[in-house]
Amino acid sequence: MKSGTFSYLPPMTPQQVRQQVEYLLGRGWSPAIEHTAAGRVPGSYWSMWKLPLFGEQSADRVIAEAEACRKANPGHLVRVIGYDNRRQTLGAEIPLAHA
Amino acid sequence: MAQQSAAVGYHAGVKAYRQTYWQPDYAVKDTDLLACFKITPQAGVEREEAAAAVAAESSTGTWTTVWTDLLTDLEHYKGRAYRIEDVPGDPSCFYAFVAYPIDLFEEGSVVNVFTSLVGNVFGFKAIRALRLEDVRFPIAYVMTCGGPPHGIQVERDKMDKYGRPLLGCTIKPKLGLSAKNYGRAVYECLRGGLDFTKDDENVNSQPFMRWRDRFGFVAEAIRKAEAETGERKGHYLNVTAPTPEQMYQRAEFAKSLGMPIIMHDFLTGGFCANTGLANWCRENGVLLHIHRAMHAVIDRDRHHGIHFRVLLKALRLSGGDHLHTGTVVGKLEGDRQATLGWIDLLRERCVKEDRSRGIFFDQDWGSMPGAFAVASGGIHVWHMPSLLAIFGDDAVFQFGGGTLGHPWGNAAGAAANRVALEACVEARNCGRDLEREGKDILVAAAKVSPELKAAMETWKEIKFEFDVVDKLDTVAA
Repeated sequence: MKSGTFSYLPPMTPQQVRQQVEYLLGRGWSPAIEHTAAGRVPGSYWSMWKLPLFGEQSADRVIAEAEACRKANPGHLVRVIGYDNRRQTLGAEIPLAHA
Repeated sequence: MAQQSAAVGYHAGVKAYRQTYWQPDYAVKDTDLLACFKITPQAGVEREEAAAAVAAESSTGTWTTVWTDLLTDLEHYKGRAYRIEDVPGDPSCFYAFVAYPIDLFEEGSVVNVFTSLVGNVFGFKAIRALRLEDVRFPIAYVMTCGGPPHGIQVERDKMDKYGRPLLGCTIKPKLGLSAKNYGRAVYECLRGGLDFTKDDENVNSQPFMRWRDRFGFVAEAIRKAEAETGERKGHYLNVTAPTPEQMYQRAEFAKSLGMPIIMHDFLTGGFCANTGLANWCRENGVLLHIHRAMHAVIDRDRHHGIHFRVLLKALRLSGGDHLHTGTVVGKLEGDRQATLGWIDLLRERCVKEDRSRGIFFDQDWGSMPGAFAVASGGIHVWHMPSLLAIFGDDAVFQFGGGTLGHPWGNAAGAAANRVALEACVEARNCGRDLEREGKDILVAAAKVSPELKAAMETWKEIKFEFDVVDKLDTVAA
């Protein structure tokens, strides 16, 4: 099973995830954390982990939230997404490696 | 029959066009449709007269005065040539700018606009060659047109693809496969990692593969690939047909199979069919991929015809969610700066005049959605860094031979393309220069993807380095 952009690359290292999160923040997109049970076709909606982190500028804090989500949802796929409010789309989706 | 005195009333005869249709002091209105023509006049024809003739013959005028001219307000309805410019580096021709009042055109009808602007006037004897370089569609006219049935943002949501370009593949051989074997090729591409596969433009409903059979096997291939990968997939089912009735019949069948996207050839099918099909797609929630067979017949000659950017604007108004725009780097013609100009015109809300990209007018699209630019034709994994640098995310890269020609088959070819794409996107997001570091990025990705490594070895030497024929008009450096 694949889960979108970057799912054909090896799992990202923490450093690679950080670079992608920095790109997302640098574009002015709003970061948000989502998760879903692995092995199921999730459809358009994954579960939200809290509300999007509107206005968050720190990659550290975004990654800390993603880690908290992963800890609370063992075995789930977790990703950081970037809401592009101007174009009403997602600018990025960044999968985290399995816990 | 009674004769009138010559002092008053109607004067029969032939007047110079410039007396009526050349108006250099004209103040262009926001509602005017503006056109830039490149005119190559016959020897001895003055520029102003040639420009005025084009304005006249593409609007209200004819070769002689007629008494019924006096029954209407020609000052209100006529087109006017209002500016003349040299063509940089080419003294044989010049640019003429013409303003047409919006009243001259039926609302929402690209057909009607083209019938006027590129009708009789292109065969006019006083002109040796004529090319429509650009058209400014006023926002008031844009808003009467349907435009792309869904647009980029809605397509991303429907297909669940974000943060990257989409990947496609045209199934080959383009003609001759049975429907079942064709579906096999589709399935292999999609399960390997592509988002879309595509009917080639000349796949319609031939004796070796009727459309209904093809649609059925392709639908099965898509469902199977989606179940295996967990990703949404599509195949551009070509509904281009001999008649509108058959076109709609094919579209309805694709919809009944739950297919997300269909396809049309907008120039061979015609703008009337295309606009109707785009409306159908909007009403039925089916995406519309647009092919452009015949475009090079119309747009490749630098002195005669219609520039591709005008055909592209017309398609955005008529409706389509994807349009082929050339690749810059592959086997088909396309100047880089000109391509950057017209992909902006396809995708952006507002595009400013930029002569360095061949854009002659500001173009405001208002709330009309943009469409995906499709890069297709002779591209393979080695082109991926350049393609991403040129096109950005809102594009579909279509590798036909570059998928199916992989030594291990379609699924491996598809995986190679997907890995290469994702590696390039990741690198770009890290701030790396794709065109300078492209090779390093691909070589690194190939270390963990044997499919990509094999693809890179297969196509290492293929280049298409010919000079373009349709260059932008610039003075030689």
